[in-house]
Amino acid sequence: MDNIAGTKSSLTWATHLSVVILVLLWLIPTIGLFVSSFRDRDQISASGWWEAPFPVELTARGRTSSEATQDGEIFVVTGNIYEDPEAQSFFPDGGGDVVAFGTRGAAPAEFAAGTEADLGDGETLRVDRDGSYRYTSPEDPGDRGQRVYFAAQSPPSFTLDNYEQVLTADNMTQAFVNTLTVTIPATIIPVLIAAFAAYALAWMDFPGRGLLIAMVVGLLVVPLQLALVPMLNLHNRIGIGQSFMGIWFAHTAFGMPLAVYLLRNYMVGLPRDIIESAKVDGATDFELFVRIVLPLSLPALAAFSIFQFLWTWNDLLIAKVFLPSDDASKVMTVKIADDLLGSRGGDWGILATAAFVSIAVPLVVFFSMQRFLVRGLLAGSVK
Amino acid sequence: MPVVLQGLLTILIGVAGCVAYFYLSNLVLDKVIFPARGEKAGHNINRANQVRPWLFLFPAIFVLGLYLVYPVAGSFIRSLYGRNPDDFVGFGNYVALAGSPDFRISVFNNFLWVIVVPGMSTFIGLVVAQLTDKLSWGNIAKSLIFMPMAISFVGASLIWKFVYANDADIGLINALRAMVGFDNPIDVLQIPFWNNFFLMMILIWIQTGFAMVILSAALRGIPEETIEAAILDGANPWQLFFRIKVPQIMTTIVVVWTTITILVLKVFDIVYTMTGGNFGTEILPSYMMDFMFRDDGRATAIAFVIMIIVLPVMVWNIRQAQREMR
Repeated sequence: MDNIAGTKSSLTWATHLSVVILVLLWLIPTIGLFVSSFRDRDQISASGWWEAPFPVELTARGRTSSEATQDGEIFVVTGNIYEDPEAQSFFPDGGGDVVAFGTRGAAPAEFAAGTEADLGDGETLRVDRDGSYRYTSPEDPGDRGQRVYFAAQSPPSFTLDNYEQVLTADNMTQAFVNTLTVTIPATIIPVLIAAFAAYALAWMDFPGRGLLIAMVVGLLVVPLQLALVPMLNLHNRIGIGQSFMGIWFAHTAFGMPLAVYLLRNYMVGLPRDIIESAKVDGATDFELFVRIVLPLSLPALAAFSIFQFLWTWNDLLIAKVFLPSDDASKVMTVKIADDLLGSRGGDWGILATAAFVSIAVPLVVFFSMQRFLVRGLLAGSVK
Repeated sequence: MPVVLQGLLTILIGVAGCVAYFYLSNLVLDKVIFPARGEKAGHNINRANQVRPWLFLFPAIFVLGLYLVYPVAGSFIRSLYGRNPDDFVGFGNYVALAGSPDFRISVFNNFLWVIVVPGMSTFIGLVVAQLTDKLSWGNIAKSLIFMPMAISFVGASLIWKFVYANDADIGLINALRAMVGFDNPIDVLQIPFWNNFFLMMILIWIQTGFAMVILSAALRGIPEETIEAAILDGANPWQLFFRIKVPQIMTTIVVVWTTITILVLKVFDIVYTMTGGNFGTEILPSYMMDFMFRDDGRATAIAFVIMIIVLPVMVWNIRQAQREMR
């Protein structure tokens, strides 16, 4: 091949390097989503996902204990800030080193940990790295302890909370089931219908065949947008309305041109001898199709099924138009685009998790069936 | 869960119905209408074989005709009426569109998309296909770059929100800006004009893998003699690529280019989820969805405009297919 002559090792290195860079560029956004889906909300807003393995500096607040002991002229309160339930609530996994502290919400990290802060009126406060504090006051502090704000290193924490919330609280399970319900019939039925048509277009002789093939090629590019209004009106008039029934019909029809085109291209390439000898042996077209052509076309059938599966699973447009917009029949893409992005625009952990739940199944299908997918793509485009 | 049951039932009825239709219709044709016996047996077999293709084709032709051919006419007729379906307005919807600044922005942006996305996807796809061709781990690299093909446009948009977010702790772009010293985060999706390119990036990210897979197969299909001859003549790698390989796969490049072009004209998801068409990012498919469910007349008029833009590609595709069949 190319490297018979004239290949320099520097060029090989440049090739390796540029491919590595390209692959990283392509992967990084997805990795970001994946990592973010396992981080808890506080950490997401405090540091980027690329810093996820490192501790995060979180700001928290608590109160000193209210039990003061008198030491000569002054009252002294000692203890550990992590003993306060309010402070604990910020660090479900246990707090890390205190970095800085303060007594005003506006300046929560005013003083470095371990220094003695002068709070005015003779009050002082010191918070050490381990969270222990010493508060002194010339007067009895009374029942309420002193308010303390502090910044502490929170260890990196990964959780499944987002998944739990998405799968239980947000109706996402229903949406997942709805997506499956739309997808599977909308994948199986068009394959079956298209296979018969493709066989007729590939191996049967009849007037108008060329015209029909040209029509299928033309219909490949008709924008779906054109069908939305007239077909929805038709569905309403014949009583299907916005329903699963309607979306199955719609997906079946919209997948049909590609299905017929791909399968015909594949079937036309099957060896002529086999088909003709079967005909000579007296097989009818129906038998020929079921016993010989269909089994031989399995790779193409698989390729189209994967396409149609990915396309119906990922579709937003047709689901928005042909399905009702109530919670009971929303599919995942609509759920994410309309509900989560709107009402939870700022909750990045939930968004990432919902997105990941919705792309997990297509990714599994993609990586396990990639061979068929590539073959199908090639059958459709390369001559 | 009744919906699941309904789905299972549909699979059952659908599959059984299809099989029954094809089997029974053939049976009826061969045994009842044109039985292959009696004095006209030969004649009957011929007649049956003339009818049979149409039995095979009927379901496909029916759904294609109903869902794809009829709507071309149906949409056009509907676009001649106003919001109220009884209110004939002639070309009023088109005139209103031509005068609307939003429509002009959509058309302009759509042309930007059509120019940039297919070009960039095909170009990067070609480069990756060539670079990975000789690598030992080329297939892994290709499969990773191909991966976004499996991700929905909605999912991809969310993924890219983590790149574009207006927050240096979430968005990569703003994190990089913060690293080199810009303290104020910016929302790249609100920068006039350039925000379109940030949206296009998402579709390029998805489509490059498609271009790469097909072009990679085309590159492998180039006869080796031409490459060896060029190397013997002293061609350097650049000349080899641009002068020898690219011209030989030009038809495939054009097919990839047009396929992505058609796709670009259909995709509304990305704009819908990322900006909702605000900040001057509207394109025709998303502009149409603004009117869907509110003004069918206007919506169908926009759909028909998309159809007119696609028409040249359609004609070219049909010509190409007919040339191949001869």
